[in-house]
Amino acid sequence: MSDTGPNGAATPLSNQPPELVLDVRGISKSFGALQVLSDISLKVARGETVCIVGPSGSGKSTLLRCINWLEAPDAGQVYLAGRQMGVRPGGALVMSDRELARMRTRIGMVFQHFALWPHLTVLQNVMEAPLHVQKRPAAEVRADAEALLDKVGLGDKKHVFPARLSGGQKQRVGIARALAIRPDLLLFDEPTSALDPELVGEVILVMRELARDGMTMVVVTHEMGFARDAATRVVFIDRGRVVETGTPQQFFSAPTTERARQFLQRYATTANGSAHAAGR
Amino acid sequence: MIRDFGITWAHRDQLINGLINTVWLSLWAAALAFVLGCLVAMALMARTPGVAAAARGFVDAMRCVPFLLFAYLVYYGLPSFGIRFTNFGAGLLALTLYNAAYMAELLRAAWAGLPREMIEAGHAFGFTGLSLFRRIVLPPVVLAAIPMIGNQLIQIIKDSAFLTIIAVPELTHEASSIQATYFVPFAAFVSAVVLYWLLCMVVETAVGAVGRLAESRR
Repeated sequence: MSDTGPNGAATPLSNQPPELVLDVRGISKSFGALQVLSDISLKVARGETVCIVGPSGSGKSTLLRCINWLEAPDAGQVYLAGRQMGVRPGGALVMSDRELARMRTRIGMVFQHFALWPHLTVLQNVMEAPLHVQKRPAAEVRADAEALLDKVGLGDKKHVFPARLSGGQKQRVGIARALAIRPDLLLFDEPTSALDPELVGEVILVMRELARDGMTMVVVTHEMGFARDAATRVVFIDRGRVVETGTPQQFFSAPTTERARQFLQRYATTANGSAHAAGR
Repeated sequence: MIRDFGITWAHRDQLINGLINTVWLSLWAAALAFVLGCLVAMALMARTPGVAAAARGFVDAMRCVPFLLFAYLVYYGLPSFGIRFTNFGAGLLALTLYNAAYMAELLRAAWAGLPREMIEAGHAFGFTGLSLFRRIVLPPVVLAAIPMIGNQLIQIIKDSAFLTIIAVPELTHEASSIQATYFVPFAAFVSAVVLYWLLCMVVETAVGAVGRLAESRR
């Protein structure tokens, strides 16, 4: 993280190309006759914030779920920090659940509907995976979790159960939980789509902070405001294919494809309110 | 009639012993049926088709056999294969196996009703197998199923009354033996009914209290 600036670009001091955290090579996925992803490739360097945008049902969420192998792609490979997901080194052997789980602990995931564990308090939610999957020492995990909850502004809610929280608070716990495993990569699956418009801002604020701190993030979102000024790169996906990819400036001010233009236009007219609110 | 109740009262020790046996039998059967029910529920939800089918077969078989007949089968039938139990052991085994099927089914239903994303989060954070089940799946399943588990507990208490036919010295058996000795059927059986009723009230109250406690964690 030290050799990358806030926008993920390598600083002049470093001659080496920025380290690849995620390398998705030509993955495809079908559900029955429905081809959801076709030959998608995506490289994410350390410290980058890549926003994936596109119409509903275009395969964005499936792409995220293929990255951490919640869905196994039909074709293509996913490399996480140089190690292939789902397949044993050098072979075509499929990983066991346990091996897969070990790799997954390097990827934090934030879910659309929060997916907090309702039987655990906020603090326990954040500590659960570090304690019981990573088996790190309890004192260290607790100190970590408390610091993370302070960071997302929920230090005073640590002994509360998720059912007592607002959507925005739940999602901030979701982010703290994802950070607690000290991931190489954070995946956000439409983190603000299930929130009331007035609660979107507090979650976006936390995500901006993470982006600024140089966390490596892949964010599926409809919040164009966030994509515009927190992303290092925007990837536009439609009907399971990468249609266009570029810096936010390129993408939002001069999209090169007709489909992206149409998408942005539709957005400007239908979702201006919330996109604007989150753009602050 | 007052005299009949007087006779029953005079043999209250016997009824209390029966009640204690009923309580022990029911608690053990409930605990064992719950554990076995968890295993069967896991099998029911397993993606391996053979495993799920076998578990389904067990559950359906149990649910279609009258409990009385099943108790006979365990106590009188198994010895012909050289498997012999005490009365109490046979009763406990029959109660456990029979109710495990119901437990499995109600746990499976609660499991299927959980939000999918929540379990998926367990996978995404690296939980697998038994630790996924124990830490991520089971607690919310149990919290959701508390009222149904309470019902099943009451069902177990009532089923235990059948075990009088294999001479398990539980409450019904003791009431029956008092009435047979002194011919006070109404007084003896009503006393037993009242004790069952009280027991079920205790269970209902406890389940209600646990349910309220669980409310904040759903």
